Parts: sequence; structure tokens; C-alpha cells
Amino acid sequence: MMDTSFHEPDSKLAPGVGTTHGLPVAVLLEVTHRCPLQCPYCSNPLNLERPAAELATEDWVRVLHELADLGVLQVHFSGGEPMARRDIVELVAAATDAGLYSNLITSGVNLSRERLAALAEAGLSHVQISFQGSESETADRVGGYRNGHAKKLEAARLTREAGFPLTVNAVMHRQNLHQLPEMIDMAVELGAQRIEVANVQYYGWALRNRAALMPTMEQIETCNRIVAEAEERLRGILMIDYVVPDYYAVRPKTCMGGWGRQFFNISPAGKVLPCHAAETITGLDFDSVRDHSLAWIWDHSPALNRYRGTDWMAEPCKSCEHREEDFGGCRCQAFALAGDAGATDPACSFSPLHDEIFRVAETEAAADDMSFAYRNYLTPVPGE
Amino acid sequence: MTVASERKPLVVRPETVVALPRHVQLKFDKLREMWLLLAPERILTPDDIAVRVLQLCDGTRSVHQVCEALAEIYAAPIDRIEADVIVMVQDLATQGYLQSVETGA
Ligand code: SF4
Ligand code: SF4
Repeated sequence: MMDTSFHEPDSKLAPGVGTTHGLPVAVLLEVTHRCPLQCPYCSNPLNLERPAAELATEDWVRVLHELADLGVLQVHFSGGEPMARRDIVELVAAATDAGLYSNLITSGVNLSRERLAALAEAGLSHVQISFQGSESETADRVGGYRNGHAKKLEAARLTREAGFPLTVNAVMHRQNLHQLPEMIDMAVELGAQRIEVANVQYYGWALRNRAALMPTMEQIETCNRIVAEAEERLRGILMIDYVVPDYYAVRPKTCMGGWGRQFFNISPAGKVLPCHAAETITGLDFDSVRDHSLAWIWDHSPALNRYRGTDWMAEPCKSCEHREEDFGGCRCQAFALAGDAGATDPACSFSPLHDEIFRVAETEAAADDMSFAYRNYLTPVPGE
Repeated sequence: MTVASERKPLVVRPETVVALPRHVQLKFDKLREMWLLLAPERILTPDDIAVRVLQLCDGTRSVHQVCEALAEIYAAPIDRIEADVIVMVQDLATQGYLQSVETGA
């Protein structure tokens, strides 16, 4: 009767084959890059946006109404840490006022009972809390934040107590994959409706820390088995959404459902990005909600139009039968690994670089370097 | 696993009373001219019958009462409808789009 594939809205909402974009469905709002945690896998860019450059409350409120007018149905308040914005409750209320479904994606370390009550009052629909492991020692080392794990457990309890449905966001990599079964149990115990088992995707800080994070092939096989078993066992109790690591994949992921097709992101400073990592691609100029209406940007921004549809493709994508399914994979990964955002995503087995990145993954995983470059405003950014 | 066994999946019966949980919203989208079911990370487009069922599952009617209402709307015998509706409600509940209104269930 209904189709429920992950991150993909029902196919009836998708733009038709051959059309470059339709009505946008969901938007990730990175309201700030400030965050008390320092996860080495953070997908934020190495050049974190300074607080002074962030959009003001009234800008976000206007943007939220423009989003609803444009056809957007869901907004995800994210960051950085969205709770680091003092006006977060006001922003959620504005989203509700505009008729948008809102989700809070948070580290949970500064979610108090009072703030949760205020968010509920403001109409927030759902809370998603990230976890770095199943116990404090690993989790707090990965997050680079003392006592973070304990605070998250408490935040998850308070979230449920406030009547919110909860998604546990389990971000997995070589240094915590062995804790996956316990993390799934933890999600059940916390009363979560859903767990996102998300293997790290290598952009931003995660790319910088790839050698410390890349899982072994063996770990991924175990992970696949654990997820399949848990899906079976926990049917009707816990929904599991699974993001596989694409360095070991055969086909690339359909990144963001296609560049500028149905989803986009807004950066803390108001830039409209086709995905959260798009600013890593140099030579593209992203338009800002400070300068244009969202309706104009969605249809006319040169950066959004650059890789829309299939016309920009070169071989092997150009004549590939899968081109309208995966749109050539991820542009950011193509840029990072092939040096050309217009190339086939090297995660695809048809890419000439595929074997090489597979070997890089294996080699880095085997070398087992555990050291992290923590994500913060102080860690030096190469090339600066 | 011990933790998992404390939370049990809902088994839908004629007397079960279900409703949409707070994080699931049924709405008519004027721009797209269609009914949508919004859930975290998912947006579904229920068909006409599913929309009727979801609207009737308001936390006051049992599944049997939902079927009675449908039987009237579609002028169809209830026993023909009930088996299908139970399957549909069970499927929606398993996926988390409907939940039992009794606490602890
Ligand atoms: S991934 Fe970690 S550091 Fe990055 S925004 Fe989320 S909690 Fe903060
Ligand atoms: S060649 Fe391009 S279009 Fe074909 S599967 Fe690979 S990435 Fe997708």
C-alpha cells in the first residue's frame, strides 16, 4: 500500500524522470556550527562558520515561512548543536507556525527538562540524539567531551518523559563498531522508536580523520549481520535505518536523492547547499538567503543547477543505465577523491578509481591509527 | 534479549484502539494536491482508503468501530472489510505510524 524506503520520500513525490528538480521535500537547517562536542567524524566543513556570521532570528523566521511556501514539508534543526542557539525554541515555534514538521537533531548534552517542555510547547515533533558508543569510556573519547555519554542517556530519558518520540543516532566507525549490539539494546531500553545505524561518510572532519575511523571489511560484514538480525528480532519495537559505508560498496549511494532534486541544506550563514558537505567543493558559489528569495535560489542558483539531472555527466555515468537512479553518486566524494566534482563517484565499481579507494580503505583500516584530529575552532585546518 | 522482551510489538485485534502518535502527521498538501503522512525521515502518500482509515483511527474508536464506519461509507459488508483493515492497521502499527492508546501497550 505504501512505500517506505529510507530517506527517500514516496515515489509519488519525486520529480519525474528527465526533470531536474521538483518541489523540495525536506531541508536540513544548520542553525549554528557551535557545538560542545568535537566528534572527529563530524560532517561539518573544516572551516567552521563563526558565530558572528550566523543568521539572526528574524532571518530564520522569514526563511521558515519561505520554505513552507516553496513546498517543503519537513525541517531538521541541526548544526553543530542546535541547542547552542538561544532562540531555538522561537525557531521551532516559527516552523510550527509555518506548518512545517520539525525534527531536532542534537547531541543531547544540554537538553534540560525545562527546554524540552518549551520545545514541546513550541510544536516540535521529534527528537534525534546522537550517541558515540555504548559506554562512557569509548563514547566520551570519540566525542571529545567529558561525561557526555551520561548526559546523553539522561537527555534521552527526559526526551521520552516529555512525550517525544526518540531516534537514537548511532554513528559507527572502526573504533566503536564492536559496540553496535549494545547500542541497539540501549536504544530499546531508552524507549526509542527508531535507531539510525549510520556508518561514517567521509566528508569534512570525517575525511580528515579517515585513517582513524575507516572500518575493516570484516567489521562491515559483522555489522550487516547484526543489523539484519536486529531488524528481524525487533520488528514492531524498533525501526532500524541503516547507512552502509560506501567505500566498500559496489554502487554509490543516491546522495541526497540527486543534487538539488528534492532536498537541500541551509548553512549557519544562510547559504543554500545541495548537501551538507557541498562547500568542500571549491569553485562553486552558493547563493545566500541574505541576497535572494528561496524560491529564486531553488530554481536559479547556478550552484544548484550545476549538477542537476544528468546533462552534466561524463562517461561512464553518461551512458549508464543507472544514471536516473543514483545520479552518479556523491559530487563531494567525487571532488574529494577524483579531484573533479563532475566525475563518477569513486564508490561506484564503474569508476576507474574504485579499486584504489577500496585499497585505501583496507590499508587505512589495517594500519589501525587511533589518533583523532578533534573537530573544533582551534584544530589547525590544512592549507590555511 | 531481556531488554527487548520488555517492549512488545502491538498485535492488532478488533477491540484495539489506535491513534497516530505525535510524530506522525496526516495532512493534505495544497501545493501537491495530495494527502501525506509525515514521519521522521519519511513521507508517505497514503491512498484514499488508507486516508479514511487513518482519519478514523483517532484514539476513540476500536478497529472494529473503524470498520463499521468504513462499511457505512463504502456501503460494503463489514466482514469483507474487517480482515483487510486489520492487516492494514497492523502494518501501519508495525512501522510505527499508529500506536495503541492504552498505556504500556
Ligand atoms: S557530529 Fe559531533 S561535533 Fe559535529 S555537530 Fe554533531 S555532536 Fe557536534
Ligand atoms: S557509472 Fe555513474 S550512473 Fe552508473 S552506477 Fe556508477 S555512478 Fe551510477
